[in-house]
Amino acid sequence: MARNIEEFLAQDERKDLLRFLTAGSVDDGKSTLIGRLLYDSKKLYEDQLDALERDSKRCGNAGDHIDYALLCDGLKAEREQGITIDVAYRYFATNRRKFIIADTPGHEQYTRNMITGGSTANLAIILVDARTGVITQTRRHSYLVSLLGIRHIVLAVNKMDLVDYDESRFLEIVGAYKRWIASQQLDIPDLVCIPLSALEGDNVVERSARMPWYEGPSLLHFLEQVPIEQDINLHDFRFPVQYVLRPDADFRGYSGKIASGIVRRGDRVVALPSGHTSRIARIVTYDGDLEEAFAPQSVTFTLEDEIDLSRGEMLVHPDNLPHVGHRFRAMMVWMDEQPLDRSKAFYLKQTTRTTRAHLTAVHHRVEINAGEQVEADGMKLNEIALVSLVADSPLIYDSYRANRQTGAFILIDPVTNFTSAVGMITEPEAERTAEASQGIVIDLAACGIAPEHDGAIAEFCRALRREAGIDIRCIRK
Amino acid sequence: MKEYQLSHLKALETEAIHIIREVAAEFRNPVMLYSIGKDSSVMVRLAEKAFYPGKVPFPLMHIDSKWKFREMIEFRDAYAAKYHWNLIVEYNKEAYEAGVGPFTHGSRVHTDLMKTQALLMALKKHGFDAAFGGARRDEEKSRAKERIFSFRNEFQQWDPKNQRPELWDIYNTRIHEGESIRVFPLSNWTELDVWQYIRHERIPIVPLYFAKERPVVEVNGNLIMVDDDRMPEELRRRAQMRKVRFRTLGCYPLTGAVESEADTIEKIIEEMMTTTRSERTTRVIDFDQEGSMEQKKREGYF
Repeated sequence: MARNIEEFLAQDERKDLLRFLTAGSVDDGKSTLIGRLLYDSKKLYEDQLDALERDSKRCGNAGDHIDYALLCDGLKAEREQGITIDVAYRYFATNRRKFIIADTPGHEQYTRNMITGGSTANLAIILVDARTGVITQTRRHSYLVSLLGIRHIVLAVNKMDLVDYDESRFLEIVGAYKRWIASQQLDIPDLVCIPLSALEGDNVVERSARMPWYEGPSLLHFLEQVPIEQDINLHDFRFPVQYVLRPDADFRGYSGKIASGIVRRGDRVVALPSGHTSRIARIVTYDGDLEEAFAPQSVTFTLEDEIDLSRGEMLVHPDNLPHVGHRFRAMMVWMDEQPLDRSKAFYLKQTTRTTRAHLTAVHHRVEINAGEQVEADGMKLNEIALVSLVADSPLIYDSYRANRQTGAFILIDPVTNFTSAVGMITEPEAERTAEASQGIVIDLAACGIAPEHDGAIAEFCRALRREAGIDIRCIRK
Repeated sequence: MKEYQLSHLKALETEAIHIIREVAAEFRNPVMLYSIGKDSSVMVRLAEKAFYPGKVPFPLMHIDSKWKFREMIEFRDAYAAKYHWNLIVEYNKEAYEAGVGPFTHGSRVHTDLMKTQALLMALKKHGFDAAFGGARRDEEKSRAKERIFSFRNEFQQWDPKNQRPELWDIYNTRIHEGESIRVFPLSNWTELDVWQYIRHERIPIVPLYFAKERPVVEVNGNLIMVDDDRMPEELRRRAQMRKVRFRTLGCYPLTGAVESEADTIEKIIEEMMTTTRSERTTRVIDFDQEGSMEQKKREGYF
């Protein structure tokens, strides 16, 4: 017995971790599918089922069956409403892998929660009802998944039991979906379509005998096998300094999580934005020094030279540089009940760096349901738009497409501190010389302008900065 | 070809270290709540790893309900001394002197005064703006929905309907004066992950987790250990020696033991893999009322 548990633990320690998102409309049976995955992978403890039976008597809506959905819907309010209203995280494991499920709502007004659940996911399961096929929600979810850079999608055609396990119905839905993806030019490197019935358990864990025409893997089998090691960028070394560790005068370490890439002891590195160079002297961890480290390890570096380097700055390889600049374009999703107020100087947080930032332009809004770009000059809750931003201090970044870690940011409302928007950087914009030289400074006294005009001039400078991105500071010597 | 992929335990570890460092970098006065339980022990080890070779730059705080198992307090004091922790111990003095306890006041009043209120008073007294907790999302349904950085208003309350979106590993740490953030570095860990990590890292834990002959009384289906003579005599008289262990630790009158032969971590894991009761069932407070943990969390309980 003891030998078995030792073997089990040795094997189990080597498992990797797959994070996936489930998205679907209220009636697609998403919670039932998750309940089934948890239940059938035998990770549900008996007393969770006991509690379930208690709850089912009170508010279950699946007749005499176990209501799998109740396993997932936690909060009181949503039990009353009968829908999932926020992101809920679920955990299960098989012999091959550990899984974290982000269960996100399908309801349109809660797009922000789906975005939240999907940001760290390797894979997304998009559920459609076999009776209704691809609907607006399906398109919205697929667009968001592609926007978030999730590489693997499972189109789970659920409720096949209600269409008599009909192959032609399945193929019709898959065909429509693939045509739509092609028409939208969505970036989905890996798409798998699986016919299933969450309620009856067909093709969830085991291949179903009721759909002999389907030759692909069951959902769980696919989740266990899908290769994810390519999902992490191991090419471009990026190390945002998170914390400077100075326990005593002899040790100066730079702690943080490697955002991407691989680094070795002795590698030449350049600190950005300062441009100072040095070499990695040690890669320090509690468990001993390392010869090399890779994303997403949390480590501490010491350098051969004493250079000025602090939180929010970045170490990279000199032959592989990110963008450094104030101006960039991004796809942004508005997450706040309060619509965008363009006069606000938001806090922008990207890697470990926080700076003030303004929107300089809203280029177009993406109308996902119709798959169109529409003109817009503002943003409100759940809207997605291509925007231009200017940051007070330069960001060190890559495009989100190239690097999910260094291409992402959040925008924080300076008054409420709410996370108002999240963004994915698409490309740099030309820097204005005013910023490159840290802004133009004008002495008002030297221009012969009387002090009573200072307030109006300051207001004018703010407007210039906001509307045109021109940075002029007025002083009085 | 070398493999550049982290195992799930290493992936969870690197995530937790990143979270802990982020708090140390962005908050003025953070604290790590230390419950003496196994999750806390893992969290403290992660903090030690995060700042190695330096010291953990914030204090640990234990909210003592005055009804913890004696072995827990012994363990706490021994490790605080051995590892030179900056340990703060706080309790609700007023309620303690008024004699509040689970046997006389029931679990709800006791938990509210000696745990929730004691915590809120201590956070306020020290002016902490961020507090780490060892809660995991797999423990309970309302926790499954909570962010890693969980905002609390000036009354320390959680609003599950109005949580800040939390994306990637970019955490919004901005708060106004009086507000605070609860931070859960073990959010994505499961009970099995915690045990595996304890085994892998050889992290010391309170001996109560291991099976041993202990005096217990059956109270409403729970096996309650006789830990001191504050237990009413009519209960103590019924005590029997049984080989038991504890799956979670808390106030001894509110924490049920399970009969077990598991006296090593390997046996505990084996028992857990084959057992049928999830861990919080042995905590009496969760069953006070439907959705009780959610209610307690809204009121400020971890």
